[in-house]
Amino acid sequence: MAHGEPDETGDAMMAPDAPPFAGMTSAAPSDLLEVRDLHIHFPTADGLVKAVDGLSFHLDRGQTLGIVGESGSGKSVTSLGILGLHEGTNARITGEIWLDGEELVSTSTARIRQLRGNKVSMIFQDPLSSLHPYYSVGDQIMEAYRIHNDVSKNAARTHTIELLDRVGIPQAATRVDDYPHQFSGGMRQRVMIAMALSCDPELLIADEPTTALDVTVQAQILDLISELQAEFGSAVIIITHDLGVVAELADDVLVMYAGKAVEYGSADDIFAQPEHPYTWGLLGSMPRLDREREERLIPIKGTPPSLINVPSGCAFHPRCAYADRTGGRSTDEVPPLRETADGHLSACHLTISERHKTWTADIKPLVEGTSPFDASQEPGGGVT
Amino acid sequence: MSAPPSGGAATAASVAAAGRGDALLTVSGLQKHFPVMRGVVFRHKVGAVQAVDDLNFTVASGETLGLVGESGCGKTTTGRLLTRLLEPTAGQIVFDGHDITHLRSGQMRPLRRDIQMIFQDPYSSLNPRHTVGSIVGAPYRLQRVKPARGVKRSVQDLLELVGLNPEHYNRYPHEFSGGQRQRIGIARTLALRPKLIVADEPVSALDVSIQAQVINLLEDLQDELGLTYVVIAHDLSVVRHIADRVAVMYLGKIVELASGAQLYRTPRHPYTVALLSAVPSPDPGSRGRRKRIRLAGDVPSPLNPPPACRFHTRCWKAQEICRTTEPPLAELAPGHMAACHFPEDVSISALRPV
Repeated sequence: MAHGEPDETGDAMMAPDAPPFAGMTSAAPSDLLEVRDLHIHFPTADGLVKAVDGLSFHLDRGQTLGIVGESGSGKSVTSLGILGLHEGTNARITGEIWLDGEELVSTSTARIRQLRGNKVSMIFQDPLSSLHPYYSVGDQIMEAYRIHNDVSKNAARTHTIELLDRVGIPQAATRVDDYPHQFSGGMRQRVMIAMALSCDPELLIADEPTTALDVTVQAQILDLISELQAEFGSAVIIITHDLGVVAELADDVLVMYAGKAVEYGSADDIFAQPEHPYTWGLLGSMPRLDREREERLIPIKGTPPSLINVPSGCAFHPRCAYADRTGGRSTDEVPPLRETADGHLSACHLTISERHKTWTADIKPLVEGTSPFDASQEPGGGVT
Repeated sequence: MSAPPSGGAATAASVAAAGRGDALLTVSGLQKHFPVMRGVVFRHKVGAVQAVDDLNFTVASGETLGLVGESGCGKTTTGRLLTRLLEPTAGQIVFDGHDITHLRSGQMRPLRRDIQMIFQDPYSSLNPRHTVGSIVGAPYRLQRVKPARGVKRSVQDLLELVGLNPEHYNRYPHEFSGGQRQRIGIARTLALRPKLIVADEPVSALDVSIQAQVINLLEDLQDELGLTYVVIAHDLSVVRHIADRVAVMYLGKIVELASGAQLYRTPRHPYTVALLSAVPSPDPGSRGRRKRIRLAGDVPSPLNPPPACRFHTRCWKAQEICRTTEPPLAELAPGHMAACHFPEDVSISALRPV
């Protein structure tokens, strides 16, 4: 990655065909969070739903990972898995989730409860349905804080007021006693963030934190998340379908499709030279304000697959415009997630040179179009 | 703005629109206030939510007008007023030469063939107990229209037109994905060959790849069938892609109305500038290099909107005059109108270095 993961990249470069993290056995990793070969399957009457199927990634303190994908790609199931929130469902979880030297998949429910809200916390998408309407916001924040910290009610209240003030709620000292319905959508999301930060977590998972919000409020919340991250030094996972939000916040990006990672690397690399046809499709589908208006969007054909009958081989092949160039491999063989450049991994049967050629010649001009400000650019400037 | 439809800025809009064809829809002074009632025995009005206040615009035949704004700005109310699902409090709506402002529902019925609506949520806008054939064929039944080729054939033609398999005539909505359901809704809208389609957030419930498919479909249908669209959306990039002209709304008023190219290149109203600068850009390279205008606080309540310029409480340029005198929606450049005492005059490139 751009910010360097020296030991890991060294490993992978020696054996570019080996699956990532294969060199690492179950020794505790040095990163704050490391997910290894995670599978989360749900048996249902219709068949086995493979919501997450062999996912690996890692994240260090102070870093932000963006997980992107369409609905049903397994983004949220992964984050709930990290929080141990599949407990009590019929989910079958295999693989390893290492958080600060501790393995979570095999650990006890009691231990997860100690960690949840304390070391790991989560900001949910819809603040109205994740706040309890019957309790004041102050009570809800204090509850989490007092469970994990042995403090008096008064101290917890003072801490809560500080937090509300920190996340930008005016008159925090009086609003602490207000109920969720007395707040606007953006303010409720701030309350959720205050609650998530109450125990100074090391890992913060934000699941579509701004999807329900208006664009000006979204900008406020994204700014707040990155400010708080700088202040508290937490690692952040941001789950979203909006590539703009990812580009704004994330250091690393993981693109998911049908429960698997199809592309993984630094945000700079993935936006500058995406290597997976699905990522190209996502970029081509988005109307962009920072480019000249395109005549036509380039959608991805078809619809996301069912997770019960995932297409054989590469799960993306029925929707991929380049599947016929792989000589039938894309329908038969699952492409491994391979490192193609330093810290940039992708899972595709096309050769990397062919993909670079296609991106540069065919996709990039369509996706990026022309910048409307070419005339006003100083010489030498431009997107790199 | 208090100018009558025959004078001032409203004429400018008609002139700008007239270049493309005749005005199909003319809206002047449109207002919708929802009364707020108190009391059980003696119900009395204690106030009004001023959802839409004094809108003036025209939509030319064959063009697409985009209405953008944040939640609570009145864009959905405007859409419902245009389709006469709501009764306007004041003002006038003229559609294709007919004044439809206060038509009763019986009088409105024949006109519903010409004005149709696409809804936001493809899950709640289709009856789960009806087959696709019966959903798409419903307009024929309700309007007692006998299509020349028979209802079944016509419905199958419509399904084909929106890119669905005509053999799925007997399936139920739950058998389709979100994007396919939105296509079913579009097929139903098209059944009576309407002239005007009001689309309220037609793609916001869809995944990005599916969103692009539906946007392309709407554009193709417009070219093929000569449709006129009013597209309501909160997503500025979607509106830019689909609309010829764009109206930006804030707290029930249009604050800026211009062609897409003008509005996105040289926004004049500070609110538009702030909105555009807030859209995250899918380009990590521009991070930190963009100047983002952060608006303080939330949108004020439409129950008691700020006096004069409604944006003055959040505007960084506000002066005394903004609190006392309401700025009219004035034409600042040909076809470019903004309601501001101190309009911006910068290219948006200053905000988005590329």
